[in-house]
Parts: sequence; structure tokens; C-alpha cells
Amino acid sequence: MIRPISISPIRIGLLSSLLVFLLAISCQKADSPDPDPGPGPTDPGGGGVVYKPTPVTLRQPANFPALVYDLSQNPLTVEGVALGKTLFYDAQLSRDTTVSCGFCHQQFAGFGHSDHALSHGIGSQFGTRNVPGLQNLGWDREFFWDGGVTSLDELPIAPIQNPVEMDLKFSEALSRVQKNPKYPPLFQAAFGSDTVTTARFLKAISQFLLTLVSADSRYDKYVRKEAGGDLTSDELAGLTLFQQKCATCHATDLFTDKSYRNNGLQVSSINDQGRYRITLNEADRLKFKVPSLRNVEKTFPYMHDGRFATLDQVIEHYRTGVQDSPTLDPALKANGQLGVSLTDAQKNQLVAFLKTLTDNTFISNRAFSPN
Amino acid sequence: MKATVTTGLLLVFVIGIAVLACDTKDTDTSFDPENTGKLRITFDNVVSSSDLKLGSTTYQNASGESFTITKFNYFVSNIKLRKADGSEYTVPQDSSYFLIQEEKPASQTITLSKIPTGNYTGMSFMIGVDSARSLANISLRTGALDPALNDGMYWDWNSGYIFMKIEGTSPVAPAAQNNAFFYHIGGFGGGYNGKKTLNNLRTVSLAFTDSGANVQTSSVPSVRIVTDAMKIFNGSTKLSIAQHPSVMFDDYSPNIANNYAQMFSYDRILATP
Repeated sequence: MIRPISISPIRIGLLSSLLVFLLAISCQKADSPDPDPGPGPTDPGGGGVVYKPTPVTLRQPANFPALVYDLSQNPLTVEGVALGKTLFYDAQLSRDTTVSCGFCHQQFAGFGHSDHALSHGIGSQFGTRNVPGLQNLGWDREFFWDGGVTSLDELPIAPIQNPVEMDLKFSEALSRVQKNPKYPPLFQAAFGSDTVTTARFLKAISQFLLTLVSADSRYDKYVRKEAGGDLTSDELAGLTLFQQKCATCHATDLFTDKSYRNNGLQVSSINDQGRYRITLNEADRLKFKVPSLRNVEKTFPYMHDGRFATLDQVIEHYRTGVQDSPTLDPALKANGQLGVSLTDAQKNQLVAFLKTLTDNTFISNRAFSPN
Repeated sequence: MKATVTTGLLLVFVIGIAVLACDTKDTDTSFDPENTGKLRITFDNVVSSSDLKLGSTTYQNASGESFTITKFNYFVSNIKLRKADGSEYTVPQDSSYFLIQEEKPASQTITLSKIPTGNYTGMSFMIGVDSARSLANISLRTGALDPALNDGMYWDWNSGYIFMKIEGTSPVAPAAQNNAFFYHIGGFGGGYNGKKTLNNLRTVSLAFTDSGANVQTSSVPSVRIVTDAMKIFNGSTKLSIAQHPSVMFDDYSPNIANNYAQMFSYDRILATP
């Protein structure tokens, strides 16, 4: 707080009550939530780093629905986002210090992992599911293919602890961050305290993830009637087809209705029961979260287990590959007919449209890249 | 409890430290100290009639299976204290979550502060962490509720706390899992759409069947509650380790939740210091 210096009795009174307030806050630290990390006075600790965070306004694209994440609980700041990015790209968060979050979530692949069908983690081990791309996470309420994680602020714990991803106890990840001399000043700058806590660690990563907003594809510009939003006749025909045949599930300009659906994939040897393992509800067997199609050109391979390498194969699945089962989505069994009917020409138009969802600004934005 | 003098002294020391640690938080003067006091509750973990010993002692359940216990943790939360006239005092939620761990003696005695003075004749509490707190902002989940610091009492793949965790070994548990058994029970009934998920929260109500716990500014009564881990096996469902060597988030788990809801009993008020 920089103010003109003038020492009046009122100012002394105000200052001393501020000090008393600060003392009270510091005594409560143990069992009270973080104070709002809004602009505030400097903390005497923290190696002389001044706590004067710069607020960041999260972009809310005009063609998006309302944000879901409660920013009032974690106001974005330049310093918080920077700390989050440092953690996101820090391989120390894995047992053998080889795997960072960014290892599997690669920017050029829409923060997915284009090389592997199944997630590929520590010691060259494989998981059972395809790495989901990261984008527009502030509009999500549940995460993972099965929706098992219900808060963005809790998400990173799972991949850090997963034995085939980063395989590090979360308490150990925190301890490594506490011991690394580069972090206390970053926490001080972001939260006004150099103490590394679970909540600050997780909220910083959330801050970075929340900034990964993808909303500048050619399609977006077309919808928002901005320059650069010209679609070809094939792409426009694909858009019309998309709205007729795909938008039930891939709804809104987020291109997902966030529901869980069985899209008729042949059950593989992994026998992943999807949403069922979270709800134990029979009706949820073989259901997976409808993924967004933003940057879909870059986020191959496709489906929860990455079984399809190309968009052509995906559409072919919907045309001819849908398997019936008790939980098959009704939209894929309309009028007793399995799948979605499309001619070859329509298939090509659909693929042409899907490629207009590629957001080159997003996948090349230096702000999201490792420093 | 057959404690040696050394263990006894150690316990007294540890409890003393715990009490001292709690005392440092009592700086709030908004309560009139004239009318509030403290209540201590000790959870004494036993197996049938003997003190629970981790790892070393072999027990036998009603299915005739022998086993040892290597870990025993549970959450106690949402404590309410009851007076003879039926009136209740609800411990403020922020200070009402406790993780009892057999391997941490200090965790087995909890101290409730700023309790209105009076004679309490019973209490109720929840085993587990209620849905509101399970979904609360991460900043509100510190201490025992910190997912990083609560001895693995948290599921990261299906967000939520494990309410009760008991692990051990038994010759009838599969060799493929080193003869170990695992019962990790949680599930707060979450779910945004459609059917709610498993709800293994249970509420326990106990009467202080003798004179009651007389909370005064000058004296701190100590309630001894006995937690019988054998009830997890021999409750309303007879749990067979051979048939169910590891129960975690699955449809069988409510049977175990119903069993652990029966494992608490009131013993006595310990002598007031």
C-alpha cells in the first residue's frame, strides 16, 4: 500500500487497528481459510518479496455460457497464475522427477498427449485412459472421463499420486515444493505468505489452468462475426450437419453438454466401466463424459481409451460401428436405427467443420508455454 | 488398558502436549469465560474386551477367521452435546472434525472448548465427513481434512474422504495381496444429477449413563468412549475376510458402515483433574 506520508492521529489509529487486525489474522492461520489474496499490505516474511498482486480478469468469451468456477474463492492474479504455471511444468512433482503435468498435457496437442492412445506416465507405464485436453476448465463442474473429481482445485492430487502417472504422495509433493528455494518467493508474491499449503498449491495450479481459455478458432470468429471468421461452403454444410446430428451431446459453444453417455464403443479388454465406478449406478455402465470438440484436430487419438487415431475413424464409428447395449445412448438408437446416418460427402463436410474448431492462438500462446 | 508405567507417562505427556497445543488457540474473548468450559473425549480403541494392538496381536472374528490389524483410522465429526432436559449444544462446525488414528495416541483424545457450562447427559456425532464439508472450498479443509496430511483418508479418483479405514492381515486373505485385507469406507451421497452416490455417513448417539459430564469453568470432564473394532466384523453383518478381503468404494460397503455405526459405546466419565 503506497500512500502519501502524513502522520495524523487518525492515520496512526487506523494503522494500529490494521496491525491488530493482522495479528489476529496471523494467530488464526491454523484453522481459518486463506484471507482473500486481494491487494493488501506487505508481509514482513517472505524474503523481502512485496505482496502486491496484480489482478487478472478471466476472459469470458461472448459465445460461452456462464462460468462455473467460483472466482471469488480464488481471484486470479498475475503472480498466482505464474506460480501455477511453474508448478504445472515442474517435474519434481513426480517420484523420479521426470514427469510434470505438462509432460502429458502438451500445448501443441491442445494440452492433450498426441503420441499415445493411453496416458503414459512415470517409468514408461501406461494408464487405462486417454489424456484429456485441457481448455476452458472454468466452465466444468466435474473432471476426468468419469467425473470422479468434482472440483478443479482437487484435480491435480489424482495424477500426482497415480502410480502410473506421477506416483508421488501428495504430502511429498508439497514437501518438495517447500524445500525448493525458488518457491517461497513465488508463494509470497501470489498469496502474501511463503508457507506452502495444500490450498495455496492447488489454487495456484487452478489459476493457471483457468487461464487456458480457447475461444479464438475460426468457428468462434464466425459465430461472433469477427474478422477471420470466414467458413467455406463445405465447412458451413458441415456446421449444419453438426447441428443436426452431433449437437445433442456436443452442445453449446463448449461443444459438450457435460453429460455422461455410452456412445456404443465395443468394450475393450480393459473393460472400463466409466461413470459406473463413481456412481455404482447400473444405468451409468460404460458411460463416459462427452468431451469438448475444441481443438479436436490436435487432440488425437480419440475416445476415452484413444482407440481411434483419426477423425475419419471417429465418424466411421458413429456411422457403422455403434454397438447396442442396455445403456447405449438413445440418441444413437433413434427410430431403432443404430448410429448416425451420413453420406461420404457429408462425412467430409463434417470433418471440414471440425477443423474450424482449431484455435491456433491457443496452441501457440507463449503465456501458456514453459518459461 | 494394561499400560506400563512408561507408556502411561508417555500418554500423559502426549495428552498434555495436545491440551497445551489446543490452549494456544483459546485467544478468542468473544465468549464469556464465566459460562464456558471444556470437555475432553477419549476414544479408546479395543477389540472385543482387549486393548487394540497394531500388528502384534491375533484376533478372531465370528466367521472363525484369525487376523491382525495394522491400521485403524476414523473420522468423528459434527458433535452435539445433550442435556437432561433434551436441549442440545452443537459444536461449531469449523471445530468439529477429528481424525482418530490408532497409531497416534494424541489423536485419540479430543478437547472441545467453549462449551456452555452444565451437566451433559449424552452426545451424538457423525462417523465421516458430511457432504457440505466434503465439497467445501479447499481452503476450509485444513488439519485432518487436508487431503495431503490425513494419512490417506482421502480418495483422489472419486473426490471425497474415507470415513473409516481398517487394514490388516489374515491367512484367509488372498496370497496375491500378501494376505492383507483392506476396508476403506467412504461416500457422502454426492452427485449433481440423477441418483445420489453411496452414502456411508452414519450418526451415533450415546447416553452418558451415570452422572453425566459436568462442564464447568473450573473442571474439565473427560468422557471415555470405547471403540470396538471387532464390531466391524461382527456387527449386524458378519463380515468374512475370505469372502470380502478388500472392500472400498463398492456396493458391499454399506454393510460395513452399518457395522461401524455400532462400534462405539459409552464407558464412563474419567476422574476430573
